[in-house]
Formats: sequence, structure tokens, C-alpha cells
Amino acid sequence: MKIKKSLSSRAKRGIWVIGTGGKDRDSSSLALLGMTDVFLKRSAQLVVLAVAVFTLLGAGDQSARFNDLGHKMMCVCGCNQILLECNHVGCAYSERMRAELATAVDRGDNDDLTLQGFVQKYGTTVMAAPTKTGFNRVAWITPYLVLGLGLVMVTVIVRAWRSRPLVLPDGSVAAVHGAELERFRNQARKDTEV
Amino acid sequence: MSQIGSFALLLALALCAYSFLAGILALVNKGPASARIGETARRAGIASFAIVFLAAVVLVVAAFQNDFSIAYIFHHSNRDLPAPYKFATLWSGQEGSLLFWALLLSAYGLVLRLRYKTDVRLFAYASVIIAAVQVFFLLLLNFAANPFGVMQGTLPAEGTGLNPLLQYPEMVIHPPMLYLGYVGFTVPFAFALAALIMRYPGEKWIQITRRWTMVTWGFLTCGVFLGAHWAYSVLGWGGYWGWDPVENASLMPWLTGTAFLHSVMMQEKRGMLKTWNMWLIFSTFMLSIFGTFLTRSGVVSSVHAFAQSSIGDWFVAFLAIIFATCLFFYVKNRSHLRTEHKLESLVSRESSFLFNNLLLLVACFTVLWGTLFPVLSEWVQGTKVTVGPPFFNRVNIPVALLLLLLTAVGPLLAWRRTSIDSLKRNFLWPAIGALALGILLVALGMKPWKDVSYFYSLMTIMLSALVAFTVISEFIRGGRVIGRHTGQNLFASMVQLAHRNTRRYGGYIVHFGVIVIMIGFAGSVFNQDKEQEMGFGDKMTIGAYTLVCQSYTQDDNPNYGSEWAVMNVFKGGKQIATLNPERRFYKASQQTSTMVANRSTPQQDLYVVYEGQNPETGRPIIKVHLNPLVMWVWVGVWIMIVGTVVALIPNAVQARVAAPARMRVEPVGAGD
Repeated sequence: MKIKKSLSSRAKRGIWVIGTGGKDRDSSSLALLGMTDVFLKRSAQLVVLAVAVFTLLGAGDQSARFNDLGHKMMCVCGCNQILLECNHVGCAYSERMRAELATAVDRGDNDDLTLQGFVQKYGTTVMAAPTKTGFNRVAWITPYLVLGLGLVMVTVIVRAWRSRPLVLPDGSVAAVHGAELERFRNQARKDTEV
Repeated sequence: MSQIGSFALLLALALCAYSFLAGILALVNKGPASARIGETARRAGIASFAIVFLAAVVLVVAAFQNDFSIAYIFHHSNRDLPAPYKFATLWSGQEGSLLFWALLLSAYGLVLRLRYKTDVRLFAYASVIIAAVQVFFLLLLNFAANPFGVMQGTLPAEGTGLNPLLQYPEMVIHPPMLYLGYVGFTVPFAFALAALIMRYPGEKWIQITRRWTMVTWGFLTCGVFLGAHWAYSVLGWGGYWGWDPVENASLMPWLTGTAFLHSVMMQEKRGMLKTWNMWLIFSTFMLSIFGTFLTRSGVVSSVHAFAQSSIGDWFVAFLAIIFATCLFFYVKNRSHLRTEHKLESLVSRESSFLFNNLLLLVACFTVLWGTLFPVLSEWVQGTKVTVGPPFFNRVNIPVALLLLLLTAVGPLLAWRRTSIDSLKRNFLWPAIGALALGILLVALGMKPWKDVSYFYSLMTIMLSALVAFTVISEFIRGGRVIGRHTGQNLFASMVQLAHRNTRRYGGYIVHFGVIVIMIGFAGSVFNQDKEQEMGFGDKMTIGAYTLVCQSYTQDDNPNYGSEWAVMNVFKGGKQIATLNPERRFYKASQQTSTMVANRSTPQQDLYVVYEGQNPETGRPIIKVHLNPLVMWVWVGVWIMIVGTVVALIPNAVQARVAAPARMRVEPVGAGD
């Protein structure tokens, strides 16, 4: 990975987000306090500092991005393995694909662009998981939907079962004999069982 | 040989068909004649074991005798194949493994039919259902996937050999364990369906079923993790679980079986969830069959599926028949399963089991959904998408974390009602301990805010600690009570405690094993790997280790030629090991395979793969993985096995509750 090209899209986005947020907050503060110059100066210093920090973070991010993207794709040789985990020496695809990925990351292509390029070249099966567009969204939504519905259903069931009246003794404690006593004993044994 | 085998399979089919039909006849009619017919049905079922066993022996003998006139032996064996793998030929291919299925099923049937005196009528019904399943597999073996099919034309002098990936010691034991699990679910299914059909009075059938389920579940647990260990040791990609459809197929019945083992307690203790339990065990069996279908039909692509064939249609038809049968008898006899569900409190063991079941079933659904989504996507969009590890990890990890939380809280809840005070008392210190561990880990450099995977890892460790603390505190608290009465030391008291209620404390041990495994999983977030061309004397550094390539050596034997690297491993400037990652070339199959060299410690695995030579430079390529905490996964499995065995041991002392003459209905303490 080349350090020079390390100002990744992620880092760039980071700067933009922090910068914008800071600016909004600063302008409202200015209006209130009337300290325009000081805040502008401070904001500028903050932006410079943020640029420096995130540029350095970005430098370390290059290999992380390669690793991250490489784990979002499959090798298309038929081995059914994640691109960076395909361990076939001389595999007709994985070596080439990894080289293409490294080039795209070095070039500074953002994640979406890089993945899109691979999809166009190798087909949709190159993605290790369904995309979050179109019908593929269903793949992601359904498990959470089922979990949510299940939680609601169980909660409703528990509440319904709880609201059923309990058969409690009518205040006076009656003596229990014979089969009924044995039934209570069995129940107590089942319930405590230590 | 092939004729003996084929004849044996035909005879076994006839016997099972007789056992099925005569069994039904005996159950439908009454009188002494029916009883005699029923007895012949039972004996035919027993005899079917002997005949299927004979067929399996014939196949194994054919493998040892290098009888390549049998197509199955030609395709899955060769003259120089070592003896254990010749034995494993039985389950190494499509037809043989179906024969193995039939063999194990007839063995389970044998045990069931021999123990018929436990409850003659219930066992007679169950025997008929097992005979029906046997008929299906024997039909398959006789007419769709005959392992005794003969080669056409000139007889070959040598076989094409066993797949190199299967030539590993674990492959001699992993499939039998897995199949014992898969096939074993037929027995609880048979008892459940039998109880439904005959409107069985009482809960005895559920006790019989629970025991069988626990044994089967134990086998499946072993099978699944042996498979994971095999993948880790042989496939050489540095991981043990890849969410492959075949792996998923084994996980699904395990999840529903686990749900059943929990919810069945609700039925035993409170008489609740009868319908739910019935369908859980039906689903578990159907998922076992579905898994077999997935592995063999070619409906989804997988690295270790069997060859594609037309037998998928047979399984679809069989699944449809099973479902229709279950549904028919459920609709017919559902009134028998009617119970009055009552909960006294939301904070109770009952509600924790309901949520536990929900989470296990959601996990199962997610695995099924992800496995089948490529098929659905192709059907809807015309394009197949891949659903791989990123999807499964993302959707399943939150569910697994919730399950861990329930595993911690559930055992602290009493049946019927738990007071908040008692929950606080039991939960406070474990929670503080888990929180303190989390803070310590963050202080030591774990940064959950850095990436969501780190967050999950930290949560997994914290929740696992919470479970561990609650389990340990349960043992200590119970042990102290016993110690006070008996004067024994704490350890002896805890052993006695577990022996008094093996199911409860065996369950806790299983939970403990699960959290040890989960900690092992959490370690995977910190995996590192490095790949490098390494000639003599070249060095590679990864983590605290430095590997120096000392030499490369070659060897040759009749089965395969091999080449391995001699790598000296240094840590802190001191040599600590020599590793020999190997690459083999199997002559009969003309395929290569890797043999990973792994230095495993509780802290981490140093996993070295000799990937071969770079075709351009001719230099050997070595890939090294540093995988933290993997050993915990295997240790956790052993703990789970111990827990399962403990849970199967009968209680030493039957608890006696001295009931006063005058009783009041009071909230009860925690049971199992």
C-alpha cells in the first residue's frame, strides 16, 4: 500500500462530517456570544487538526480497507471462499482479483465504486453478501423482522397467559389428603427438585 | 460381492416394508392374532438391522479387497489407501453414506424394538414410524443410489481414490458422529408422532423422548464441532466455520433440538407448550432430512456437498409426506394437546424459556433463510446472489448475544415467579464481575468503538463472564448448603449436588461449555495472517513469533507424495518449536491437499500452511495465521460433552419434599 495515496475516502468523509458539524455549532455560538473572529480562528485550527489526524488515520487505513473489501467479496473460482481466504496456489482468479482490488484501493476509489467495478466484471455472485438494494434488501430485513415479530408475539403471549386468573385457595386453608396431597407433593418435587 | 450386497438391500427393504405394514395391521386391529402379527413386525424390524449390517459389511469388505468391479469402490478407494480410510469409504460417497444412514437408523430401531417392554403400545407405534423411515432410505438405496452398482466394460485395475480432503483421521469419526445425530432425531420424532397418533395419556413419552433427544443432540454437537475441527485442520484457510450450506444444514436441527431440550421442561414441569414441543421435534426431524437433501441434491453450491444427483426429488417427496402426516394427525388429535397456559409472572423461568425458544428459532430461521436466499433470489430476480459469512455473522451475532444474556439470567429465575429482590441478590455480583472484566479489557486496549466487531467481541466476553459467574455461584451456593448438612468440603459437596440433580447441573456444565466456545469465537476478531515466499533462511514475523525457514523435505509413499517445510519458530529470541506444514499429492486421485502445522496454546494458534510454489518464481509460499483463543472452542466442546453425560446420569437421590398436612400455595424456588 502506498502511503502517499492514503487519504482514503473514509478519511475524507470523516473530515467533512466533523468540519460541517463543527461549523454549524460554531455559527450558532457566534450569534449568541458575538465572538466571531476567535471562533473562526479556533474553527480553522480545529479543521487543520482534524485534517492532520484523519490523514494520518487514513494512512493506516489503506491495508485495513483492502482487508475489509477483500472480505466482502468471494473468490469466483468456485471454491466458495472469501476472496482473501482463497488459498489455492495458482488460482486463476484470486491472485488477479486481489491485484485489482489493491489497485483500486491505491487509486483512491471509494468502497462503493470498487465493489461496483467487481460486480460489473465478475457478476453479482462476487459479493459475499446480498447488497442492500432492490430485492436483496429482503434478505437483510427478513431476519430482523422475524425477530421483532417474534418478540412482540412472545410478549403478547406472556401477557395473555399472565392475565388468566389463578385458582388460589379461598382464604381458609383446608387440609389436603390422599391423592390430592400426593399430587401437591409431586408438583412440589418437580418445582424444587434439589 | 455386489450381488450379496444388492440382495441384502432388497431383503432389508422387504423386511422393513413388512414391519411397517404388519405393524399398522396389528395396531389397527385388536385380539391375539393382532398381537402375534405385531410381534412378527417387531422381529422383522430387528432382522432388518442384521441385513443392513450385512450390506454395510459387504461394502467395507469390497473396499478392503479392492473390488473395483463395484462402481462405488472404484470411485472412492484405491489399492494403497490406508486401512482406516478404506473403512471410511462406507460413508465417503453418496451411495455409501446413504447405506450408513440406513445402518444407523436400523441400529436405533434395534435398540427401540429391544426395549419395547418399557411401554409396549407406544413402542409399537414408534417402531412402525421408524420402519416407514427405513423403507424410504432402503427404497432410495435399491432404486436410486445403489452402492453395489457394477462397472461396465473392462474391469479397472485401480480405483480413482478417496478425495484427499477426506484422508484425515477426523473423517473416520466426524461423519459417524454427525449421522448419529441426524439419524438419532428419528427416534424422538417417532415417539412424538406415536404419542400424538395414539393420544398417549400422561407425560411418560416426553421423558423417553427427552432422553433420546439429549443423546442425539450430544452426538450432533460432537459431529458439528468435529467437522469444524476438520475444516480448520485440512482446508487450510485459517478458519473453522464458513457458513457453508452443508455446515448450516447440520446447525439447523441442532438449534431446534436445543430449543426442544429447553421447552420440554415446561411440559414436564407445568404441562405447558404441548403443541409447541410436538412441532419442535417434528421440525427438528424434518430439518435433519432437509439437511440431507441440501447436501445431496445440488440445490445449493457447497464446498463439501456430495455429487449432484436426482435423489433430491426423493427427499422433497419424503419431506412432503412427513409434513402432511404430521399435519394430518395434529389436526385430527389436537384436542389431546390442549392445555391451559398460565403464567404467574413475567419474571419467571417459564417466560425465559419462551424467549430462549424464540431466539433459537430465529437463529435457525436466519440460517435457513440465508442458505436458501440464493435460490429465492434466482427465482425472483433471475440472478443468483451469494450469501456468505458477512451476512450470517451480521444477523446472527446479535441473536447469539441475546441468547447469552438469557443463559445468564434464565437459571437464576424460579419457576412460576421470581421476586425482584432474589433476582438482585443472585444477579448483582455476577453483573458487577462481568462489568469489571469489560472495563479491564478496555483498559488493556480493547476498543469497542473502533469497529462493530470489537464491540461484539467485548460484549461476548462480558456476557460469557456473566454466565460463568452465575453458573459458578449456583454451584457454590448449592454446595455450601450440602456442605453445611454433610460436613463435606466444598468440592465434594458440589459433586454431590450435581449428582442429586444431574439434569440441572449437567445443563449448567453445558452452558459453561457454550460460553467457553463463545469466548473462542470472540477471539477471531483479532485474527492476523501473513503470506510470504520463503526460501531457505528466510524469516517472517507475525505477532510475537518469528518463523525461520530451515529447509524443505520431500517424501513418497504408495498413496501420496509429500513435500513439507521445516520452520523454526522463535519467540523472544528463543526457539520454541519446529513446525512442518505439508503439501501432499495423492496419486490415485491426482489431487493435492494441505496438512496444516498448528502450534496451539490457550492464548493463540500459530497456524502455518504450506501453500505450494509460486508458478512464476518457483519459490515456496508460506501462509501463517495467528488465531487467538481457538483452543477455547475445542475445550468448550469437551465441557459440553461432559455436561451432556452428567445430565444423562440418573439422579443419586430422589428429592423428598416433606409436605405438611396443611398446604398453602406458595411461589417456588428455582428448579432445573
